[in-house]
Amino acid sequence: MTTEALFTIDFTNAAYIVAAILFIVGLKQLGSPATARNGNRLSALAMLVAVVATVVGNDIASWEWILGGVIVGSGIGAVSARRVQMTSMPQLVAVFNGFGGAASAVVAAAELIHLMDTNTDIAENVSITIMASVIIGSVTLTGSFIAYGKLQGLVPTRPLLLPIRNVINVGLLITMIASTVWLVADPSITPFLIAAGTALALGILVVLPIGGADMPVVIALLNSYSGIAGAATGFVLGNTILIIAGSLVGASGLILTRIMTKAMNRSLVNVMLGGFGVEDGGGGSGGDDDRPVRSIQADDAATILGYAQSVIFVPGYGLAVAQAQHQVRELADLLKDRGIRVSYAIHPVAGRMPGHMNVLLAEANVPYDELKDLDQINSEFQRTDVAVVIGANDVTNPSARTDKSSPIYGMPILNVDQAQSVIVMKRSMSSGFAGVQNELFFLDKTMMLFGDAKDSVEKITAEVKAL
Amino acid sequence: MFDASALIIALTVFVLAIFIGYEVITKVPPTLHTPLMSGSNAISGIVIVGALLVAGQADGIAGRILGAVAVGLAMINVVGGFMVTDRMLKMFRRSGEGR
Repeated sequence: MTTEALFTIDFTNAAYIVAAILFIVGLKQLGSPATARNGNRLSALAMLVAVVATVVGNDIASWEWILGGVIVGSGIGAVSARRVQMTSMPQLVAVFNGFGGAASAVVAAAELIHLMDTNTDIAENVSITIMASVIIGSVTLTGSFIAYGKLQGLVPTRPLLLPIRNVINVGLLITMIASTVWLVADPSITPFLIAAGTALALGILVVLPIGGADMPVVIALLNSYSGIAGAATGFVLGNTILIIAGSLVGASGLILTRIMTKAMNRSLVNVMLGGFGVEDGGGGSGGDDDRPVRSIQADDAATILGYAQSVIFVPGYGLAVAQAQHQVRELADLLKDRGIRVSYAIHPVAGRMPGHMNVLLAEANVPYDELKDLDQINSEFQRTDVAVVIGANDVTNPSARTDKSSPIYGMPILNVDQAQSVIVMKRSMSSGFAGVQNELFFLDKTMMLFGDAKDSVEKITAEVKAL
Repeated sequence: MFDASALIIALTVFVLAIFIGYEVITKVPPTLHTPLMSGSNAISGIVIVGALLVAGQADGIAGRILGAVAVGLAMINVVGGFMVTDRMLKMFRRSGEGR
């Protein structure tokens, strides 16, 4: 990285400014569903501008290899984008994060080889950024693939805790710092490979102890890392558009990480230390499961819903597992035809990644203006006749507001218990991820409808039609 | 050899971009957080620029192979990221809009 590279006023750097503006405007247009699609196109245009400017402004030798990479990469990208199911979106994003990190690490390797081949005197800041690029990129690569494995069920989702994992992790960190010092003092490929190897191992060891329920946080964080790895590569090459675009992604991932940890009532440190879900529930209300609940059938539920004035659906991941989105939308349409006000309350952790439930409902043709987030909907519950909870649990537990001894105390929840009456669709009385019993189920206003969500909703729809 | 001014310029760009990113992205509503993530996947494919630079300057076979691999990995993000984001955003519609 030289001042010359950054300061040169030429076609390439001018085009990079245009690309940076397009990226920022594109992200700004993601601020509303009405303009988001156009925003995504602007970002794609920005990418095209950046690529064309790079190719035109530099002497690119050996086209065959590059073309090969472009064709294979584009093919894999296009096929996976077309084929992926909306329920598997977290896996796709995890894998893409991993590839992004890997690309940064490989670019750093190629640059180091080039500098050594050409016998360039490597400046300290270049050595350090090369190491930053390969370390962040490699951690992102293996961390993302372990996250993918957990989401896909290939790696056990329960936290895997090595007995002396903290000692090992600290050892790996020291090795990375030592190899960076080595590379700065005496540039060669050996310290680079040592750093890459330790970073790959660290990525695995850091994600393995994290439980499956915490994967949304991990994916958001790795999303951020893939951007920061790109920005680090920008430092290596003295390239502004890499730094800018990488930083935008880094900021985005960090914001989403914070939103998710806040919604789970956890700190990032607490998530990264892992092991959540192995400690025995511990909470105040775990034991008294044999308290009576009010159980109803589909026809009762149909009568209650059919004669209500306002209904809020509260979908959780259980809804997506049962693939009941379309059935719920059908029931909602039917209720709307009867003049009933219908909306959906979406908790930030309702899916397996930030905003996942919204995409699943959008796929089932639910209009986005009916999807309300926590802040928009919580004041509505007390004015609502019926709240229908489908496959959600912990995020509706009123203990989070009131019971200081509960492990989920302080977690932001949907105030479902404030609705006039509540219908909970659930397979059984089992507890949620946090391992605590949901006080909502035992309220006088709550009715439990046991069974498969899809079946139950279909039956209710048929009964409402017959009203 | 330590080019301090280059590092400072790069750091300035980095810090300012983080702030712009923070301001712009906090305004993205929760309903679009998944497309935001896949879209930023695509944007992190910007490393394609770095991949093209190192692939283009490579003299040896090792450099060329690494360059091509980096180009391929980055292109997966670029093409896959933008396409899947568009596929999702296409599904978002307002009440009363045609299917």
